[in-house]
Amino acid sequence: MGWIFVASLVAALVLVHKPLGDYMHRVYTTTKHNVVERFLYRLLGVQPDAEQRWGVYARGVLAFSVISLLVLFGLQRLQDKLFLSLGFDPVPDHIAWNTAVSFVTNTNWQAYSGESTMGHLVQMSGLAVQNFVSAAVGMAVAITLVRGFARKGSDTLGNFWVDLVRGTIRILLPIAFVGALVLVAGGLVQNFVGPHEITALTGGTQNLTGGPVASQEVIKELGTNGGGFYNTNAAHPFENATSWTNWFEIVLILLIPFALPRTFGKMVGQVRQGYAILAVMGIIALASVTLTNVFELGGNATVPQAVGAAMEGKDVRFGVANSATFAAATTLTSTGAVNSFHDSYTPFGGMMTLFNMMLGEVAPGGVGAGLYGMLVLAVITVFVAGLMVGRTPEYLGKKIGSREIKLASMYFLVTPILVLVGTSVAMGNEAGLAAMLNTGPHGFSEILYAFTSASNNNGSAFGGVTVNTPWYDVALGLCMLLGRFLPIIFVLALAGSLARQKPVPESAGTLPTHRPQFVGMVVGVTIILVALTFLPALALGPLAEGLL
Amino acid sequence: MTTQLVEAPEQTPGQKKNGRVGGGLLDPKQMLRSLPDALKKLNPGTLWRNPVMLIVEIGAAFTTVLAVLDPSFFAWAIVVWLWLTVVFANLAEAVAEGRGKAQAATLRKAKTDTMARRQTGELIPAPELRQNDIVVVEAGEIIPGDGDVIEGIASVDESAITGESAPVIRESGGDRSAVTGGTKVLSDKITVQITQKPGESFIDRMIALVEGADRQKTPNEIALNILLAALTIIFLVATVTMQPLAIWAKSQNPGIPDSLALTGDGVSGIVLISLLVCLIPTTIGALLSAIGIAGMDRLVQRNVLAMSGRAVEAAGDVSTLLLDKTGTITLGNRQAGEFVPAAGVSEQELAEAAQLSSLADETPEGRSIVVFAKERYGLREREPGALSHAEWVPFTAQTRMSGVNLDGREVRKGAATAVMKWVRDNGGHPTGQVGGLVDAISASGGTPLVVAEKGRVLGVIHLKDVVKAGMRERFDEMRRMGIRTVMITGDNPLTAKAIADEAGVDDFLAEATPEDKLALIRKEQEGGRLVAMTGDGTNDAPALAQSDVGVAMNTGTSAAKEAGNMVDLDSNPTKLIEIVEIGKQLLITRGALTTFSIANDIAKYFAIIPAMFAAVYPGLDALNIMRLASPQSAILSAVIFNALVIIALIPLALRGVRYRPSSASKLLSRNLYVYGLGGIVAPFIGIKIIDLLIQFLPGMS
Repeated sequence: MGWIFVASLVAALVLVHKPLGDYMHRVYTTTKHNVVERFLYRLLGVQPDAEQRWGVYARGVLAFSVISLLVLFGLQRLQDKLFLSLGFDPVPDHIAWNTAVSFVTNTNWQAYSGESTMGHLVQMSGLAVQNFVSAAVGMAVAITLVRGFARKGSDTLGNFWVDLVRGTIRILLPIAFVGALVLVAGGLVQNFVGPHEITALTGGTQNLTGGPVASQEVIKELGTNGGGFYNTNAAHPFENATSWTNWFEIVLILLIPFALPRTFGKMVGQVRQGYAILAVMGIIALASVTLTNVFELGGNATVPQAVGAAMEGKDVRFGVANSATFAAATTLTSTGAVNSFHDSYTPFGGMMTLFNMMLGEVAPGGVGAGLYGMLVLAVITVFVAGLMVGRTPEYLGKKIGSREIKLASMYFLVTPILVLVGTSVAMGNEAGLAAMLNTGPHGFSEILYAFTSASNNNGSAFGGVTVNTPWYDVALGLCMLLGRFLPIIFVLALAGSLARQKPVPESAGTLPTHRPQFVGMVVGVTIILVALTFLPALALGPLAEGLL
Repeated sequence: MTTQLVEAPEQTPGQKKNGRVGGGLLDPKQMLRSLPDALKKLNPGTLWRNPVMLIVEIGAAFTTVLAVLDPSFFAWAIVVWLWLTVVFANLAEAVAEGRGKAQAATLRKAKTDTMARRQTGELIPAPELRQNDIVVVEAGEIIPGDGDVIEGIASVDESAITGESAPVIRESGGDRSAVTGGTKVLSDKITVQITQKPGESFIDRMIALVEGADRQKTPNEIALNILLAALTIIFLVATVTMQPLAIWAKSQNPGIPDSLALTGDGVSGIVLISLLVCLIPTTIGALLSAIGIAGMDRLVQRNVLAMSGRAVEAAGDVSTLLLDKTGTITLGNRQAGEFVPAAGVSEQELAEAAQLSSLADETPEGRSIVVFAKERYGLREREPGALSHAEWVPFTAQTRMSGVNLDGREVRKGAATAVMKWVRDNGGHPTGQVGGLVDAISASGGTPLVVAEKGRVLGVIHLKDVVKAGMRERFDEMRRMGIRTVMITGDNPLTAKAIADEAGVDDFLAEATPEDKLALIRKEQEGGRLVAMTGDGTNDAPALAQSDVGVAMNTGTSAAKEAGNMVDLDSNPTKLIEIVEIGKQLLITRGALTTFSIANDIAKYFAIIPAMFAAVYPGLDALNIMRLASPQSAILSAVIFNALVIIALIPLALRGVRYRPSSASKLLSRNLYVYGLGGIVAPFIGIKIIDLLIQFLPGMS
């Protein structure tokens, strides 16, 4: 049944991407502001029609994020003094730092157990708000890069505050509202009650916390955030009740990332360029989903082979295939929500989730982040391919010169360096090693996964590592912070440099970037670059574990 | 009716018959000759410009220390091959420079110290000449510096710089006034006004250029260097961060004995450096500067001097070519293309009369009539002397016709009005039909010449511009490469259109003034296009300076040569097309070798990773798909392959990859197959072969 699940997902996305992509194009290009927006601009003291240079835009992104970080940190540290704390204590400082960074960077790595640490106020006015705005920031940055390609000889790139507000109010909120209703109908919880003590079937007692779960759940997936209301995330029945909600949540995860290429194509005036990018994302995603399913259904340990699949760590509600597909979707995007325990996956199945994140989460990636990551890869591909056709490389009429290559190179250097240096430091220091619960290659994979997930702003965990220690909270927090904002700065600088250029007219000597040839080449460059970077690490982890 | 009377334009040296851009051959002796230079380049002070190779050198030095402290055959073998990697890279650069040095030596011979004579007769050494000094040069003397002839006319031997032994005429005024220092006056006497600054003569610049002394990196080269540096950083991080993981992996399996590659202290320094050197893009890093030097050199071999590498690279990006009609698209002179007889006259009769009237006509047009009559109508050429009692009537500006009186027969040919008048004066009555023929030929852009006998008009000769052979095919190629060709001519739009259609150019600019030309260039550049043009006159200078690639003819004025960024010593405007191809080839070679270099890494991982870790995790031996004999031989094979591939690719770097004009898609497909797929497969085979050979060496098992 696994393939029907995947096929229906693909069908749903194919159906939705066009109207949604066109709608987002209108949202980001219209000159009109609605009443709520005008009110917000007045409140923020923003002149919505003032265009910004890339530096000003970047300062807006950073200023907003720093303020968000401080507010979130404060809310957690002071939660006992505020309302709706459910009687929880202030969150310890290292966890508060880690969590604040995690939610501001759209990572949603959770070093805490949601239902037993955070009150409703922190969950709703802190975490849920960040789920919206951190996603809107990602989309704003992506749209800005697209404007860099679309604009001709322009110094400015739009207005960050307008992009932020519009992304939140016109795109995320309406979809989230409808999505939440669907999820409640599908059986998810939405209330304000505190922990209930109930008696289980066997006679023991269990604490169940209710709360605004459905509303949190919908934006967690839609904004590719991944931070669950409950510790067990989307494996918890209140978060993901049935196989049907499971399907719907995957659609929510992939919805915006797969629609943005259409928006990109519309904005640069060549829809086919958007489809080329979509094709690259689609090919990698399908290959990854297929391989994860194959590895999980094949299983290479004795027991899984006996029962025909690796069921350990997966919920019977979903089964192997639908868990594997969810795992691929959540790591291909920067979501990091989980409905199964990735740690229990077969070595190669687990490696696929790692590899998905190592790709830089570009297929289709986080909301916005996926598109700008993919466009940077396209720029690098164009550079090498462009040289091979004997011209100064150009993409969408913009020349890829030394400044563009410098920024694109710095972009793709950031996350691999964070992952490898972070992992390496953890493996070479007492505090890092002390948190390991497993030995051998699998133990190492768990550390590698933690740093890969944090640096790429995914947020899912392999498990098996005690990550709520001060050392890991600080180290992973740094990885999340640098892994989010350094690339954003480079992308915005790249956008600025592209927007300033006047486009070169297309001719027969121009490398066509909408044909299967180019699509294939971007896929190849993406996979080869990642494979070459991470092969030594993968060899000592999942490969050593899986190759017997 | 179009007939091409002329042989195909001569092949320029270096251009192969199949139309592809060729390069010089690589002389193996040159490698040996360049070896001392290659060793000198090991100096880190010069190597720092090439960060990839500098890292290899540091690695080589580091492993040398390790091998001294803990000697083994394996360690020393790695040390030797790492040093060889650096030497091979230097060798590539030295060989590329060596070719230029030979050229420079020849040029220096031309730069002997001469004495200059002022008009007053005072003699001063040539290096003391200042701009605007005036000197007199007589037959047999060497011109002391670059300048313009301001008085007189002389034949000059310019073989010292052009290699062409036939003397050229240099005269005051007009577009042939420039003379170059170091060339020799063969006849007559000229007065020259010096235009160069001391020490900045054309020859000085040529020497500097061919030697690559002030070679600056071009924009694409800089961008590529950044990408290579980024890749180097990635691989540096990937290798260095592997160490703690390796130590931990070893500690997890304490029972396993230490191997040469992996001990309790991690991967041994020698193996770690080997992996790093194999992964960083050494192939392209080693050959990058050689490719650039060789690209300039290929131009020099075609007698084109590029004043900057930037111009060569821009040539590859050109999207609009401005070509002068005369001399570039058409032959310099108009030629007979058709005989149109008047009513009642046979073509044969007209041809015979036309030939007869032109036998003594030594102008190119007159010669072309004789040739056309012979080729088309089989009329044997008769020597004017053979017709003993012929009375030749020469062309004069007054009569505007020429002809012959032979045995009482009078034949004339010339401008329509003059000949018609002559006919009428002799009692004839030219019909209106002839007038119609004349007008039709004029309208189609040709020049009509009327042929008449005493008292009657025989017909009209159609003189046309003759498009050079093969131009249409070349313009088709250009179009496939995405380059628009624009013909520039002083003709009227009608004539211009006729020739443009015949030659197959995309567009034309008729009745062009220098201002029009400049305006056209600006307009193209406004739209983001890069423009290339050739020019020789002083009035071309602004347009040459404005264009992205401006090729000045060596026969042209100093102003033109100063304004352009390339000089064609052969003064052949058609060469612009070759220059574009060389520019493209330069970029393609860089891209192809970069792809090859990165694709190579896949095989090297498959060799080295199992060699390092299969002892700890035996499962990883599955990655040893080449079935290399032992960890030592696997690592050494990868390092040897990595070094040898540099030597193997030097000829390709110097020659440039094969280039045929075609669309971007086709070019990319081909290069991806050859250098992408080839780059993945080749090292698997190469490393396996090396492993088969070296596994019997001591210390390899």
